[in-house]
Formats: sequence, C-alpha cells, structure tokens
Amino acid sequence: MRYALLVCVDERVELSEADAERRFAEFSDFQDDLRSRGVLLARERLRPTSLATTVSTRGGDLVVADGPFAETKEQIAGFYIIECADLDDAIDIASRNPAAAYGTVEVRPVWEV
Amino acid sequence: MGGLAAAQAAVADAFRADWGRVVAYLIRVTGNWDLAEECAQDAFERALQRWPDDGVPSSPSAWLKTTARNRALDRLRRASVGDAKQREIVMLRASEEADDGGDSGIEDDQLRLMFTCCHPALPIEAQVALTLRTLAGLSTPEIAHAFLVPPETMAKRLTRAKHKITEARIPYRVPAAHHLGERLRAVLVVIYALFNEGYGASTGAHLIRTDLCSEAIRLGRLLAELMPDEPEALGLLSLMLLHNSRRAARIDQHGELVTLEDQNRGRWDSAAIAEATRILDRAVRRRQPGPYQLQAAIAACHAHAPHAAATDWDEITILYQRLSEIAPSPVVLLNHAVAVAMARGAAAGLALVDQLQEAGSLADYYLLPATRADLLRRMARNPEAAIAYQRALDLAPTDTERRFLLRRLQELDGPARD
Repeated sequence: MRYALLVCVDERVELSEADAERRFAEFSDFQDDLRSRGVLLARERLRPTSLATTVSTRGGDLVVADGPFAETKEQIAGFYIIECADLDDAIDIASRNPAAAYGTVEVRPVWEV
Repeated sequence: MGGLAAAQAAVADAFRADWGRVVAYLIRVTGNWDLAEECAQDAFERALQRWPDDGVPSSPSAWLKTTARNRALDRLRRASVGDAKQREIVMLRASEEADDGGDSGIEDDQLRLMFTCCHPALPIEAQVALTLRTLAGLSTPEIAHAFLVPPETMAKRLTRAKHKITEARIPYRVPAAHHLGERLRAVLVVIYALFNEGYGASTGAHLIRTDLCSEAIRLGRLLAELMPDEPEALGLLSLMLLHNSRRAARIDQHGELVTLEDQNRGRWDSAAIAEATRILDRAVRRRQPGPYQLQAAIAACHAHAPHAAATDWDEITILYQRLSEIAPSPVVLLNHAVAVAMARGAAAGLALVDQLQEAGSLADYYLLPATRADLLRRMARNPEAAIAYQRALDLAPTDTERRFLLRRLQELDGPARD
C-alpha cells in the first residue's frame, strides 16, 4: 500500500547556519533509513511558498495569482511517497521524520490504479 | 413452548456473550467489516430458527462462528467474480483454524478488534460508536439514542470510520510492544468515556444510558481478562465497579442528585465494592501506578468509609497529589483542593480553589464555583457563597445539577447546615 507523507512546517522560522546543517543531516539520515528499508518510492523538497503561483481557469479565463492556494500557519515543505504494509507502519515512519518534532506530517493513502 | 422459550433465552445469552467474538473472528477471516456484521446477524437469526428444534449446541460460540463463516462464504460465492480472491482468502484463513471450531485465537480476535476500533487515527466519537457496534452488539439506532444524535448521523459516523479502516488500511492487530502502552491508553479512554456517558446521565434517556455503564464494565472485564498483566486495565475496571456500586444511592426517589456525603451507604453495592477492591489489590501489587489505579484507590477510600465523617481524607489528599503528578489536570487539582478542605479545613481548600480560579483554566467549569460556594458556605460566608452558587447555576450543564445548586442556594437563607 502506498502512502504520501506531506511534511508541513512553518516556513517563516529561520535557522542559524549550524542548526540548518544539523537539520539537513537529520533529513538525510531519515531518507537513508527509508532507502535501506526499501520503502521509498519518491521524495521532493519544495521551495518556499514565496515562489508559489496559483493557477485556475474559470469559464475559460485563466487566473494566475501570486502565492499558495491557502494562507495557513504551516505550509507543505516536501513530500515522500512510501510503500508499506498498513497505516501503523506509515505512522511509524512518519513519526521518525525530523519535521514531526516541530511541524506535522500528514499521512494520506494514495489511490491505487 | 418451554423448549422454545429456553432456546430463545439461550440465543439472547449467546448474543450478549458471543456477538463480539463472532464479529471479531469474521473481520479477521473476511477483512470486511460490513460483511462481518451482516453475517453475524444472520448467524444469530439462524440460531433463533434452529435451536428450538435442534437443541442448543454444546458450544454456542463455535456453532455461531461456523454458521457465520459459511454464510460469508455463501455470500461471497454468489457475489461477483471480482470477489473470488476474497473467497479464497476466507477459505484459506478459515482452514487454518482448528476444524472443531476450537476457541484458539478468538480472544486475540477480540483484542485486535478493540485496538482497531480504538485506533487514534479515528475520531474519538467514532471509536466509541464502533466499539459499541462491533464488540457490544448495540444496533446503530440504539447507539444514536444513547448519544442523543439522529440515527442517520450515527450511521454516517460508523460508515465513515469503517471506510477509513478499510481504505487507509488501519491494521487488524494488537499493536507492537513499543506502541502497546499508548494504544492501550486509547482503549481505556474509550471504555471510560462510554462509562461516563452512561453515568453522567441522570435524566431523559436514563435506561439506555444505564446500559452504557453495564456495557463499559463488560468491555472493561473483557480487556482485563485479555490483558491480565496490565495494571491500568485492572485499575479502570475497579474504578468503574466502584462508581457503579453507588449508582442506586446517587439519585433519590425524586430523581434528585445526592452528594457522596449525603448518600445512604446502605444502598451501595457491597459485593461490587468487594470485587473492585480485590481487582485493585491485584493491580497495585504490580507496582506500576497509573491514573486509573489512583482514581480507583480514591474511590475505594470512599467506598470503605462506613459513614461520611469516617472518610480518610488525608489518604485521599495524598492520592490526588500523586494523581496530579502523573496526570496533571485542573480538574484533578480541584478535587485535590476539596480533599485538602476536608482534611485540613475549608480555609486551606479555599486558598487552593482561589489559586485555580486565578489561573483561569477552569473558567467555564461549573464545579469550580460550586466548590467555592460549598467551602464558603461551610465557613459561614453566606453572601459570597450565594454569588458563587449563582455563577455555578449559570454554567451547570443539566437540569438535575441546576436543581441541586438551587436547593443549596435556597438553604443559605435557612439555618446553617454544619
């Protein structure tokens, strides 16, 4: 079964260089762990919402706007697609993501085709 | 006709004793919650038809399991080809069972069901409802009635929960050892919520809600049997039995609330108190204290006092102190303040209550002003007590509580009680 782990954090928080490096290392360890278990299907880290553009079409008109689709305290900073047995396994993996300690990780099943 | 009545009674007994077993087993072998419920229902209906003629089987639960499993196979056989795979799975899993319908694994099934119903990925209301439906066998309208929501709302809640279990694949198993502690706490929360839902009710749907208390105790017993080494499971069972032992004395003949202090202790259920005490002793011997054991110990202090004045308030103060250390909450602190007032005088208690009031975390909780009012009354500070009673009246959640507070408020004008 495939799950998406959506990593949500407050992107306004700025880290010192040392903290940023430490955090980068934590995420690397997390990824290495997923790879070694053979559960990682995909992962991407997203750049901040200040670079986001929202697109919609209404009645044939294209609407392009600056920013994310919703203003929320936490924004999606990245995601993983993992393959595991069940929700408990997915929760277990999500709880090990470094962001779980300061943000949240949303676990969503992926449609199977 | 005697045979018919006896067979019907046997089916009713089996329903109470075995519904959860049959459903739990069928969920494991079919992986389909709706099919499991429907086929369990079918099996009990079939028992009603067959048992009067064939006699009650030697193991009703094995008969019901087998009948329900065959029914599930039948249904899958007649369903579309797409279900062929599921049918194979059912046959495979069923053949792994001892063919004499042996009970091996059944208890584990119920434990699995309990943990899945009480999975933290489900909303708490759904956890409670699903537990009542699948383990206790209450119908959806009965559950809706008990929680005072329309049946359609309850049906939707149950459907949504089962949908999530299937589609997000919430596993059907007892959690791994390193998660067992937190997951067990979630199960205890659901059972205790169920109990309190029944215990807190004193008006309206009274009878059904009394049933909720019995169901909670039944589930508590089951959990204590399944996990005999978990002191908190024993603690919760003991706590519920102790509360429940006072149920008859808690409401007077006019349906009015009677405080612990004023209850007729002769109406307490002494057999239940004795059983609860034995269970608590067993739990405490494991030397792993927890919030339910401590609350049960407090309830036991009350239960063992022959009259209100003989209550060991020093011990209760200590127990609340420990409870506030391991499970800190403003409500526990309020209860601690009451115990201090009883042990060391109203003024000492009032000082603690005032601290809580200043902290503001119980701003909308009627028992805070009600407690203040009671302490002020004991200190003969009647005008202040009246203001506090008025505040409590504004916040009280049910009519029974409002009537109680109103009586106390009116008594302030009369001669002092203490």
